[in-house]
Amino acid sequence: MISRREFIQASLAASTILGASGLSRWSRAMAQQSLTQDQLLEFDTFGNVTLIHITDIHAQAKPIYFREPEINLGVGDALGQPPHVVGKDFLKMFNIEPNTPEAYALTYDNFSDLAKAYGKMGGMDRVATVVKSIKADRPDALVLDGGDTWHGSMTSLLTKGQDMVNIMNQLGTDAMTSHWEWTFGQDRVKEIVEGLPFPFLGANIFDVEWDEPAFEPYKIFERGGVRVAVIGQAFPYMPIANPKWMFPDFSFGIREERMQEVVDEVRAEGVDLVVCLSHNGFDVDKKMVSRVKGIDVILTGHTHDACPEPILVGDTILIASGSNGKFVSRVDLDVRDGQMMGFRHKLIPIFSDVITPDADMAALIDNERAPYKEQLEEVVGQTEDLLYRRGNFNGTWDDLICEAILSERDAEIAMSPGVRWGTTLLPGDNITREDIHNATSMTYGACYRTEMTGETIHTILEDVADNIFNTDPYYQQGGDMVRIGGMGYHIDVSKPIGERISNMTLLKDGSEIDPARSYVVAGWASVNEGTEGPQIWDVIENHVKKIGTVKLQPNTSVVVTGV
Amino acid sequence: MNLSRRDALVLAMGGVAASFLPQAALADAAADAIAAFTGGAATATDGIKLDAPEIAENGNGVPVGVDAPGAVSIAIFATGNPTPGVATFNFGPAAGSQFASTRIRLSKTQDVVAIAKMADGSFKQAQATVKVTIGGCGG
Repeated sequence: MISRREFIQASLAASTILGASGLSRWSRAMAQQSLTQDQLLEFDTFGNVTLIHITDIHAQAKPIYFREPEINLGVGDALGQPPHVVGKDFLKMFNIEPNTPEAYALTYDNFSDLAKAYGKMGGMDRVATVVKSIKADRPDALVLDGGDTWHGSMTSLLTKGQDMVNIMNQLGTDAMTSHWEWTFGQDRVKEIVEGLPFPFLGANIFDVEWDEPAFEPYKIFERGGVRVAVIGQAFPYMPIANPKWMFPDFSFGIREERMQEVVDEVRAEGVDLVVCLSHNGFDVDKKMVSRVKGIDVILTGHTHDACPEPILVGDTILIASGSNGKFVSRVDLDVRDGQMMGFRHKLIPIFSDVITPDADMAALIDNERAPYKEQLEEVVGQTEDLLYRRGNFNGTWDDLICEAILSERDAEIAMSPGVRWGTTLLPGDNITREDIHNATSMTYGACYRTEMTGETIHTILEDVADNIFNTDPYYQQGGDMVRIGGMGYHIDVSKPIGERISNMTLLKDGSEIDPARSYVVAGWASVNEGTEGPQIWDVIENHVKKIGTVKLQPNTSVVVTGV
Repeated sequence: MNLSRRDALVLAMGGVAASFLPQAALADAAADAIAAFTGGAATATDGIKLDAPEIAENGNGVPVGVDAPGAVSIAIFATGNPTPGVATFNFGPAAGSQFASTRIRLSKTQDVVAIAKMADGSFKQAQATVKVTIGGCGG
């Protein structure tokens, strides 16, 4: 008799073959300039349940460029494992030819040229077309949103997330979980959630005072004659990574035992399939499903990784669907007798020039933008360089931001947070006000100016580095390294906390950073209440208007070892 | 002047200040406190569950819970605090369960240790690392 695990492994093998043949066909098609929507959506409907996963949209309603990381180091068991594989190694691992549409969508190599050839990706009107097409095959497909949806653009900031709420409602979302949503403050979250036609799930969101569950942990859906439990897991480190004072009544955490209790509870209810809609991050989810028993499918989010194939962890399949609306995952499942017996998966790249926008969604998006259109689209300057953020260390967007901070705030050292959102601009592009917001939009964007001793700066760097390079995923928060302007340093990622950072140097005169001396430091996105200063997007806009055209020097200030 | 990240840094600097104490002295203080509770007896690791967050949301009030069925006494130690002994809970014969939870202040990243004294005089031990961090860079 064939075991369940063998079924799942057979599915994985089949999915690999399907993926590979699909890819080679695409590259030929693109070479002939004839990639079609039908090819992107081609899928042999399988089993009896379909999940549609989208996550970390960061309020990008319109198509964007988003360059995937060039440096995304894995430590400990994660070394060399997805998603810690980039560029040519990634292409090799997933059998993708260089310079193909898939290579453009999933890696950084030759990004500017490929972006010009293949165009922008994403756009919620294109996503709507994809969802409608999948629902034409499987009308009761579940649409699951992994969170980081309401935040990340100028329109979402100005409407306090309402534009994205309207868009996700029209998309037909069945459930969501959360992270940056909370940075609109707990009152705004509660206000929106009361009006949502679908549950805002978070098994790990607790009331601080009573330490009791505060939001719906799961919802059970009937689909294709099967009972499907979707359990939500919000970002565990909310009050640490983001300003706690904005949501003082709530506590988060991984709460592994709580997750096991909830899985046991829905299993006891007799569900046939257990899906976890998670904002833990890839490595945390991998560890969690290796320890919590009974999850069939985990839809991972937060760390912005796109994986062309599911990752098998024990009997659980892990699906990673990228960010910024670049991808939608379709997962068809064969569920029989209370067991997942097989699956078929496709990471659908949303090429905005190939997929026809859904007219209703396009109209809604235009309507949401209309009141702000003029301020959004005002051209502030131009860039000669590729501007991107994603990657473990400095990206060019942050080089520009740090340059702006140093100049506009008259500081010796600038700090820019290592968030993973922030879209990309190509060499020769105009920089609009909206583009600056796409890299900085937030409810705590004040650009502070203060003094810190060399020792304090060292402590901060060590602390942030440990949030990325701690070998235990449960101690990782999932951001990238804080970006530094005006100062260089060396980092040995293989060392423990306190020993990673060395050779801190003030770039303007090459002097060693003195632990006892105070330095003028300016930065943004402080998690402290009452932080004062101009908004970071205004600081950048002023700087760009002064220089006219952005032209950056290559940044060699961070030396990485221990890889 | 705006002292950004001040609250968080106070925690971090607390950690730095504590590290000026000789490490051996700290380790000794925790070992001494534990030895005073166990009388130096060996501890088993089964039958005791310590629930603590991986990363503290607030180092000034970290929720911890210990469940040790059959215990007559449960002690909690913050091994990196200047005074490692946090609390001892005693259970009488009428206690319905042997579970205790409280909130503790942690001066820096450290191991929290829970030890249960059982009715037969044996001891059980569980520990967890709780990280106290500045944070501030979520993706």
